[in-house]
Amino acid sequence: MAHTPKNQSEKAILTARRAWCYLVLVLISFLCLFFFYVLIINSTRTHFEIQKGFSLMPGKSIITNFRNVLTDANIPVVSGIRNSLLVSACSAALSVYFSALTAYGIYAYNFKFKKAAFALILLIMTMPTQVSALGFLQLISKMGLKNSFIPLIVPSIAAPTVFFFMKQYLDASLPMEIVEAARIDGAGEFYTFNKIVLPIMKPALAVQAIFSFVASWNNYFIPALVLDTADKKTLPILIAQLRSADFLKFDMGKVYMMVAIAILPVIVVYLLLSKFIVRGVALGGVKG
Amino acid sequence: MGEKTKKKGSISYAKWGYIFIAPFFIIFAVFQLIPLASTIYYSFFEYYRSGLKIIGPNFVGLKNYITLFATDLPKYFSNTLILWIIGFVPQIIVSLLLAAWFTDLRLKLKGQTFFKTVIYMPNLIMASAFAMLFFALFSDNGPVNAVLLSMGWIKTPISFLNTVWGNRGLVGLMNFLMWFGNTTIMLMAAIMGVDPTLYEAAELDGCTPNQMFWKITLPLIRPILVYVMITSMIGGLQMFDVPQILTNGKGGPDRTSTTMIMYLNNHLFSKNYGMAGAVSVVLFLVCAVLCVVVYFSLTKEDDGLTKAQRKELKAAKKAAAKGGK
Repeated sequence: MAHTPKNQSEKAILTARRAWCYLVLVLISFLCLFFFYVLIINSTRTHFEIQKGFSLMPGKSIITNFRNVLTDANIPVVSGIRNSLLVSACSAALSVYFSALTAYGIYAYNFKFKKAAFALILLIMTMPTQVSALGFLQLISKMGLKNSFIPLIVPSIAAPTVFFFMKQYLDASLPMEIVEAARIDGAGEFYTFNKIVLPIMKPALAVQAIFSFVASWNNYFIPALVLDTADKKTLPILIAQLRSADFLKFDMGKVYMMVAIAILPVIVVYLLLSKFIVRGVALGGVKG
Repeated sequence: MGEKTKKKGSISYAKWGYIFIAPFFIIFAVFQLIPLASTIYYSFFEYYRSGLKIIGPNFVGLKNYITLFATDLPKYFSNTLILWIIGFVPQIIVSLLLAAWFTDLRLKLKGQTFFKTVIYMPNLIMASAFAMLFFALFSDNGPVNAVLLSMGWIKTPISFLNTVWGNRGLVGLMNFLMWFGNTTIMLMAAIMGVDPTLYEAAELDGCTPNQMFWKITLPLIRPILVYVMITSMIGGLQMFDVPQILTNGKGGPDRTSTTMIMYLNNHLFSKNYGMAGAVSVVLFLVCAVLCVVVYFSLTKEDDGLTKAQRKELKAAKKAAAKGGK
């Protein structure tokens, strides 16, 4: 046996290290959770209670605050939620389906520009979309798509990071024998992709759908430049509007409630699926 | 034989490859490539709105770039850099520490799933809403000041949002909170990829956990560290939502928290397309260099070791195998 039994002092050192680790971890977790805790508490309190000082106990005005936010004439929250949901869901669906399609196209077929196409996608993967925002805005106004959801949804068909994840997933989990067997059985190429490959990719699709949805839900820069009218605005734009409104006149209970409406749905979904998502981060390596 | 049939089969299917990747490339060309080309094009023109009148586009050569470098760009570039560093330095230190602890087999920390879930959570929240929350929490009569006052740590409220470093510190803190969980998980994956026999050998040789971290873990995960740093840098250059909302688009006292993208955003809103183009092109060039680095770090065939390091690794493995017997 090469291992020597641990003596007393070594054990003590290990226990001390462990205690130190837990202390740091608890402090960091506290830092992460504290802000959300204050957010939740304050969204249940009235403006007057919030101004009076901080409390660890929730108030009783959650329903009042919620109703006040929904009925505020200046900040169309209901249509904001609807618009955000619509844009995010469509973007996520398009981005996941077409990224899987592209990844499969490069994984399963041999063609002349295959390597070049793959290299190009990797090269542009980390390029921020903001650098072409000027040309993008000019283009969509020429197309007559200003103040429309189309320029926020359709470009997600070309999502390099999602593609990269799908490609890695295919490399790891789709044997070509399955595809060849389907061909022998007379399946067409699109049929093979939709009915055989997509079901195999389900875990990857689910993880990336969540990431795409969240990215689109949180997106502020481009939507703020594209959408002008109140009925089209998404939640991040409404938050910005809230920030630029005259703050002193504002009901703070409403402000916290509005932030909670923007943040908490994502948090709830995350907590339900966290195992899935955390594993996805480690697998993908990249996230936009 | 299998190889041959596969090749033969796939040749006749080649057109399907093009069909399957076509949507991606068409959309990319229309919504990214063409806009990028026109962005570069406009950067050489005088093209802005003055009142209700549109001036231009008149070709002015490099004038926009000269104006840019002579006036605002250095300031906003260094702002962006400073804000990024304030967030990144604590982020990489904490992430390395946590990743090393989570993967340490002797420590066997419990509740890892819980901690990982908690530290990753801030990454998913809406940056603009997070900034709005911080604005409310750190305002002069907000809860943070209230707590500090009631604990007797301060006598008068700290004006976080009206001071240069208060603002920058908050932006850095938010970026740190939003990204350190993500980085921790990526570094953990990298550390778990390190050959465990190396640690066993080191332990037999009487290495302390500290030595193992500095001499084994850190050199072996260097490629991932580079990747994390470059992608974070690109993310830093895109910094917009947080400082924009926190400072209401004004960039704090005397524009000391105005980032490159906030500057671009101002030009886009005021319809100064020539200058917006020039800012975009500068950003594009910087990002292009960084993208090439990312590309090579992703396509490298091996683990990114030098020849000498690989030799060392082999020798160490041999030694470990011998030691185990």
